[in-house]
Amino acid sequence: MANHSSSASESRFMQHHFVDADQQFDAAKMGMWIFLVTEILFFGGLFAAYVVYRLWYPELFTLASEELNTLWGGVNTVVLIGSSLTVAMAIKSAQLNQKKNIAINLGITLALAGVFMVIKYFEWTHKFHLGIFPGEFYSFEGIDHPKANIFFSLYYLMTGLHGIHVVIGMGLMAWLLWRSLKGHFNSEYYTPVEITGLYWHLVDIIWIFLFPLFYLID
Amino acid sequence: MDTAESSSTLNKIQVQRFKPDDNPDKHYLNEETGLWSWLTTVDHKKIGIMYLASITFFFFIGGLMALLVRTELWTPAKTFIEANTYNQLFTLHGAVMIFLFLVPSVPAALGNFILPLQLGAKDVAFPRLNLLSYYLYLAGSFIAVYAIFSGGIDTGWTFYTPYSSSTGGAVTTMTFGVFVIGFSSILTGVNFITTIHKMRAPGLTWDKLPLFCWGLYATSIIQILATPVLAITLALVAMERILGIGIFDPALGGDPVLYQHFFWFYSHPAVYIMIVPGFGVVSEIISTFSKKHIFGYWAIALSSLAIAFIGFLVWGHHMFVSGQATLASMVFSFLTFLVGIPTGIKMFNWTATLYKGSIKLASPLLYIFGFFFLFLVGGLTGIVLGSIALDVHLHDTYYVVAHFHFVMVGGMVMAFLAGLHYWWPKITGKMYNETMAKIACGIIFVGFNVTFLPQFVMGSQGMPRRYFNYIEQFQPFHQVSTIGSYILGLGFLMVFYYLVKSIYRGKQAPANPWGSRALEWQISAMPPLHNFHHTPVIINGPYDYHKPMEEFQLGLAESGNGHGHDVEVTKEGEDLSAE
Repeated sequence: MANHSSSASESRFMQHHFVDADQQFDAAKMGMWIFLVTEILFFGGLFAAYVVYRLWYPELFTLASEELNTLWGGVNTVVLIGSSLTVAMAIKSAQLNQKKNIAINLGITLALAGVFMVIKYFEWTHKFHLGIFPGEFYSFEGIDHPKANIFFSLYYLMTGLHGIHVVIGMGLMAWLLWRSLKGHFNSEYYTPVEITGLYWHLVDIIWIFLFPLFYLID
Repeated sequence: MDTAESSSTLNKIQVQRFKPDDNPDKHYLNEETGLWSWLTTVDHKKIGIMYLASITFFFFIGGLMALLVRTELWTPAKTFIEANTYNQLFTLHGAVMIFLFLVPSVPAALGNFILPLQLGAKDVAFPRLNLLSYYLYLAGSFIAVYAIFSGGIDTGWTFYTPYSSSTGGAVTTMTFGVFVIGFSSILTGVNFITTIHKMRAPGLTWDKLPLFCWGLYATSIIQILATPVLAITLALVAMERILGIGIFDPALGGDPVLYQHFFWFYSHPAVYIMIVPGFGVVSEIISTFSKKHIFGYWAIALSSLAIAFIGFLVWGHHMFVSGQATLASMVFSFLTFLVGIPTGIKMFNWTATLYKGSIKLASPLLYIFGFFFLFLVGGLTGIVLGSIALDVHLHDTYYVVAHFHFVMVGGMVMAFLAGLHYWWPKITGKMYNETMAKIACGIIFVGFNVTFLPQFVMGSQGMPRRYFNYIEQFQPFHQVSTIGSYILGLGFLMVFYYLVKSIYRGKQAPANPWGSRALEWQISAMPPLHNFHHTPVIINGPYDYHKPMEEFQLGLAESGNGHGHDVEVTKEGEDLSAE
């Protein structure tokens, strides 16, 4: 997959225990793919809980879903998909050795992730304002169902865990941006951009599942 | 890699023999010294040793708790500690032994040290991640220890809801500790899988991979697939306690059985994390000490993967009496029986390897023989517990306790000790006292059986596990069991004594004391800092005892890497005379 040939001069980021840059790149990429598998199982537990409770209380999910704002959820979906595009463009820029574009694209990605979190913040605080808290703190009267708290427990857990991943991703993007401004990345070496991109796509994909499962029920 | 370039290297690799140095001046322990070099090391060998020291510490902590529990059970009523203390002790014994000792024992301690050596690599794929795994393990352990002192936990190591979400004490802290340790376990799994895929030496094809590596590979797959589910489950328990989310709490509309499904989806495969790497150790030692090619290489390698796979489909056998559907119980019971097949395949192949071998009964092999007897009992009683009707009777009795101790202590601890004795000369460069090792092995074997055989009997007669008080008819069994636990403890102390003594007083070990053909024995007695001074080239399998030793000590003649996994090493270009 790597475009660089092993005969080229080895990058200064080459670690001692690899025989060449190709091996380092392939190992890093594979490691990230395996890590993504663990992430899917990590979220998988919550998705399994979602399936169980939706089967038990289907009418609750229809009712409670109306409290979520589809418009802002949709905007957030577009924002995240856009950020996935820009991170892919950052990788492409690295492969084409366009060093300035790497930084620009990473910067846009970071900004879009920030927009996502701001919208999320307003969604959550609006619900807190109504008394929609998770679990036993739930005090909203507007949904005529005795187990309404369960839906919102799942909502807060799953979007919250996803939000934590977005924040971690923002930290990684900021780090990459800093490194790219120092000129660390070029077509010979862009492993961190590539594997962070993989992570970012996963965060995006999980949201693409969360959005219809919570916002788009009927 | 450029195709033309690699095809030009094909058939042209120049190899020469590198004889291992029996007494090297420089090795991985004296090239970089000082405390700081240990704390910041990214060397897989030093990290392995740090794991080894940590798990030994926790093994003795957990063992001490076991002895206190056994002592308390000397009389039917209170012997010397309160019921609540007793509950905390057995909980911590289980949690410490499983999360802090057994799970990291063979993979993180021995595996870290041996895996890159067996692959002919300078290190694991991600050395810094490896160090992070260790520190996460340490941090998680400290959090768990802190939980013990800040209120304690009395839920049993299984943290069943709704009890765990309502009882007092430090359950939230403990689950957080286990969560962090789980993260360490996941990262080790990611690291090992990538290492096995990407870091193999030239010529080391999948069919020449040592079976210990196959065992670690299967274990790592379980670690990366199962551990995240435990992590999210324990996070949910913590949320249940902090926010009252109600997912597992029937009072809030939740379902406690869902917790059990989640928990056992991890914890049953985790049982295989605690035994499959042991299988790998057994395969290595059996072949080395019978001086014979391992019987059924692929059967053993693939049965590890089969166990890992089936292990994900049997979690429901922990829940036969939890009110799951009868049909589900029947399916889980059937699938549980299936695990016996790959396990049986291994046992028969190991026995067949011994057949007509030239057997040298050194202490590692003696521990393996102990493993055979004890694990066989543990495995077969597992089949008994997997049958629904019997399980309803035996569920939560001492029969279950005896069963999993036969598998985990009789199986994994014996395999771990065997591996420790086998690789000790490579790790420390010293030989331990062989006579004492054999005596200790005998004491452990006897002590173990005296401890746990009576538990089968009283379990089948209805003695429930985890009880503080019991009726008087069980007292003789409990007393025999308690005496056995003291003998067992003595055996472990002996092992500790002579192994530590060997570091200071032991004879210098040669590079290859067992005459093994495996790659980790073809380097100096204590490995060099970066494992190999040359790039090793593999033309024979690790169990090809019918071939001469010099064919196993080959490396690239010139510096350069000769790497890329499409390079085929043929014997044409080799030059055995060069030295």
